[in-house]
Amino acid sequence: MTATPTRLELRAISKRFPGVLANDSVDLNVAAGEIHALLGENGAGKSTLVKIIYGVLHADEGEMLWEGETVKVADPHAARNLGIGMVFQHFSLFEAMTVLENIALGIENPGDMNALAERVIEVSHAYGLPLDPGREVHTLSVGERQRIEIVRCLLQNPRLLIMDEPTSVLTPQEVERLFETLRQLSTEGVSILYISHKLDEIKQLCDRATILRGGKVVDSCDPKQETAKSMAAMMIGTEVRPLSQREGSSSEKIRLEVQGLNLDSDHAFGVTLRDVTFSVREGEIFGIAGVAGNGQNELFQALTGERPVHIAQEILIDGMAAGRMGAAARRRMGMCSVPEERNGHAAVPEMSLTENFILSGYGRMGLLSSGFIRNDAAEELSRRVVKDFNVKTAGVGASAGSLSGGNLQKFIVGREILQNPGVLVISQPTWGVDAGAAAAIHEALFALAEKGSAIIVISQDLDELMALSDHLAVINMGSLSKSMVTAKASIDEIGLLMGGLHGMTEHQPGPNGGNANVV
Amino acid sequence: MNDALVLGLITVVSAATPLLLAALGELVVERSGVLNLGVEGMMLAGAVTGFAVTVTTGSATLGIICAMAAGMAMAFTFGVLTLSLMANQVATGLALTIFGIGLSSLVGAGFVGIAIEPLPKLNIPGITTIPVIGPLLFGHDILIYASIALTGGVAWFLKRSRPGMILRAVGESDESAHSIGYDVIRVRYMAVLFGGLMAGLAGAFLSLSYTPLWIENMTAGRGWIALALVVFATWRPWRVLFGAYLFGGVTILQLASQAADWFDVPSQVMSMLPYVATILVLTIISAGPWRTRLNAPACLGKPFRPAS
Amino acid sequence: MSFKVEKRQELDLRLFYLTPVLAVVLTVLSGFLLFLLMGYDPFLGIYYFFISPLLSSYGLAELGLKASPLILIAVGLAIGFRANVWNIGAEGQLTMGAIAGGGLALALIDVQAFWVLPLICVAGIIGGMAYAAIPAFLKARWDVNEILTSLMLTYVATLFLSTLVFGPWKDPMGFNFPQSEMFAESATLPIVLEGTRLHLGVIVALLVAVTGWVLMTRTIIGFQIRVVGQAPAAAAFAGFSRKRMIWLSLLTSGGLAGLAGLFEVAGPIGQLIPSISPGYGFTAIIVAFLGRLHPIGIIGAGLIMALSYIGGENAQVEAGMPQAVTGVFQGLLLFFLLASDFLARYRIRFEAHTAKRKEALAP
Repeated sequence: MTATPTRLELRAISKRFPGVLANDSVDLNVAAGEIHALLGENGAGKSTLVKIIYGVLHADEGEMLWEGETVKVADPHAARNLGIGMVFQHFSLFEAMTVLENIALGIENPGDMNALAERVIEVSHAYGLPLDPGREVHTLSVGERQRIEIVRCLLQNPRLLIMDEPTSVLTPQEVERLFETLRQLSTEGVSILYISHKLDEIKQLCDRATILRGGKVVDSCDPKQETAKSMAAMMIGTEVRPLSQREGSSSEKIRLEVQGLNLDSDHAFGVTLRDVTFSVREGEIFGIAGVAGNGQNELFQALTGERPVHIAQEILIDGMAAGRMGAAARRRMGMCSVPEERNGHAAVPEMSLTENFILSGYGRMGLLSSGFIRNDAAEELSRRVVKDFNVKTAGVGASAGSLSGGNLQKFIVGREILQNPGVLVISQPTWGVDAGAAAAIHEALFALAEKGSAIIVISQDLDELMALSDHLAVINMGSLSKSMVTAKASIDEIGLLMGGLHGMTEHQPGPNGGNANVV
Repeated sequence: MNDALVLGLITVVSAATPLLLAALGELVVERSGVLNLGVEGMMLAGAVTGFAVTVTTGSATLGIICAMAAGMAMAFTFGVLTLSLMANQVATGLALTIFGIGLSSLVGAGFVGIAIEPLPKLNIPGITTIPVIGPLLFGHDILIYASIALTGGVAWFLKRSRPGMILRAVGESDESAHSIGYDVIRVRYMAVLFGGLMAGLAGAFLSLSYTPLWIENMTAGRGWIALALVVFATWRPWRVLFGAYLFGGVTILQLASQAADWFDVPSQVMSMLPYVATILVLTIISAGPWRTRLNAPACLGKPFRPAS
Repeated sequence: MSFKVEKRQELDLRLFYLTPVLAVVLTVLSGFLLFLLMGYDPFLGIYYFFISPLLSSYGLAELGLKASPLILIAVGLAIGFRANVWNIGAEGQLTMGAIAGGGLALALIDVQAFWVLPLICVAGIIGGMAYAAIPAFLKARWDVNEILTSLMLTYVATLFLSTLVFGPWKDPMGFNFPQSEMFAESATLPIVLEGTRLHLGVIVALLVAVTGWVLMTRTIIGFQIRVVGQAPAAAAFAGFSRKRMIWLSLLTSGGLAGLAGLFEVAGPIGQLIPSISPGYGFTAIIVAFLGRLHPIGIIGAGLIMALSYIGGENAQVEAGMPQAVTGVFQGLLLFFLLASDFLARYRIRFEAHTAKRKEALAP
């Protein structure tokens, strides 16, 4: 390690946000040409740290050395001038603008736009990341959008490329393609700081790993010498508890049946659902996999009644036609749900936990008497959720927004489970949740299935679906694949169904390469 | 083409110009992601300042400059409240209008009933007298030419210039713009100030040229119509021009029919025309398919506070 | 020393309800400056504006008289603002309520019966509701911006009223003044305080405020309104209909504004004239915010804004100040209020540079 010069060095970086120390005296070294993993759970402080390096955030304490010299990175412009590029987890793109405009905005001295367009085409082909500079971003697939971010960095000839969770939105095949590009860059001498919590990927790709937990560096290792299990232990701090094994459902009773479901997209950047068909039996957990933005939100809305469909028979809950019913009516029939977004969708952040219990429980739990809210009863029930699901909070009067992600998710999942749903639709059950809470939520879902509920899990995390579900199907561009038995499904096959390498061919003609059905 | 028609067209353009100026300013503000409902208040501040300064100093140029400064001062107040102090944009815009109405009538109390010479016309001997084309294209006051030039300027700025591209980016996604290094708040301050400048200019046109007088509350809802025009134009500058001339037409039609008694209805009913037309136009645009609304800046009206 | 602005994890409720007081104090202070600038004795100005109206029972009765329409309208508007529905055309709905109820009063001018008054009240409410139904329909059906439509309709309503009183409804015996006949005794609001103009409307306004408070805090309807306003997606999740909330809040605020309009013409005015309100519909917007969108807070805020009207008239009579000062004060008050909100939502933390940082910077 001493032979290669140090490109980036961080010394005792600390960063405090209200109520949390996000980075606690973090030290980090990245050598030239090295692919360096920054490993940690959600909330470990990885994103904060790289945003400090890129100048989006400023450290409260500590210093940063770039090729041996102390530097102060005032903003991303300064970072780019040093030779640092960054690909954001939630892209920093502008939907209604063109690829070219997006690239011009993200580089210093873009110069003449026509010349830039030529350079974009040239560089994007050199690295196997084809892009059409004239296309508007909202017509592109998630994988294509990521290419914009990468090409934008490459045009600046970076010497350090930061990638924040780049594979969470890609199909397994797209991940392979990305890794080839990153290895190529590494041999050209570019250092790569690679953030992830996916251990297999890190083993495959990275030369070294620094592990963050609770804002502190707890360890570093050579991923190739470690097992996924040993790295997980470093990341989480305790041994990972394996999920309890469970028998699949043997019941033949169908609780939810979806027959040829169609739903038009309701906004410019949406996806149209086409002929979605599946059924879920009593005690079964049914997984829906897919890359983000392929109709998951629309499917969630159609299933839960947030957007009723036109034909009642397209959705049967316990045999009753429910397609035209709204969310409240379906809840009365026994269908509960947990949306992906906690703040603002599953819960109102400014409201107390009790009020958030009323939000979805007022009808099923008898919290109304002639239009007036029975506050005592609501408080009692929220206390029960807090207790049963081990939610850490100052009390049921605390606002939902004051809870950590994991605790709020436990409260929300608990709130729905307490209502004893016949069918539960849950989207991204453990997204951005710490390992302890994730395990608790998984156990709770198993227990619910045990009691005879049908559970539909929509998730982009394939590992989670493989562990949770009995059957699964893949959603791609608004269509759902045939369902398969999870235990017999292969990752390659699922990957191909998720979109495979779509869009990776040279110059796709016409506007149908993306996932948005803009006609 | 007869003289009456030429004269008609000219009056349409005059009636449209204050709408055009104010709406162009608001268009830039909204493209940056800010909704300033205080256009009416800023116009009134401009109108009264322009008039008062012109009467006091005798210089219309100074009057116009001060009117723009007054509009900007109002806009700056709006900026401090909404951009720095994160106040609700709708409420602050309303406050700006209420404050503008009060302040302008307070300042203008001493100027009611004074008449001034309207702004000089751009007369070019020999050309202005050419039949039809002469009076149609020449011989208007400078602000009318300025309004058309400004339309082109704003269109070019937004579509072709780098600062314009940054401004659109900020309105499209403040988070993204911030994370790649643009100072969202600064860009929005600039846009808001430009909006104030244009509204002030629109006010000055009203009190110095259109009706060279100060009358309390003389904007009579034009600031609000300008806001509607921006929606009507789906945030595009040349369509604002088209929309403003359309409304100018409606206004003149109403005045002309009242004067000539074309329809057998009370004058008040004809006066309702611009307001009813605004509602109709808004409905037609909003009821259209979502594609016509694609241009709406995605961050319009949302507050933004960067973490640092 | 340096300082840092941080978002509070929870709104500081104590500050949230205290800041309106701060805003009023700041407004009075700037009033002091304004009077000074205008060349008046600032102490005398403040006295005429804010104090002397409170010293006579007549002044207090006038305060109640002017506060009641403001409270009535603001309670309705606050419901809408909570649901993120921005009805700013209350002035128009007020006018339409006065036209509907007043028109009925004129039609029944010869009837002396107890039911006339309740009937015209209902007509006033329906008039205001029907007028608010236009922006409600346009917004619910096509998502047309209600701010612009309701405001445009205000201009139309004012013109409509003037069409009527200059035309068909003009009093034939009225020396050609643009005004209707005086309403009959049976269509006039009873006075609750002998010797003043304070009428039954003030009691109705207080009852409406209390009802509004119960509705917003205790019932599922109030809960739905709050959720729709704070988190539209969560409302969809819970199955609350946004369209229903649009209709509910616009019809409620329109109806209450219509009632306020009817109370003006059946109360202190007693007939239809071209201008029946000194901008109550707009001032009520400020009242709603100053009262923190809380029905009980709105009672206090209504009284304060009523004082700004009476103080303005008083200062005009006593010191010859222009009436426009009232408008300036109202605008300033709302500015200060919005600015001081920042204190309730954010924390400003002053901190000394830590020793550790100095060490780190040392070579």
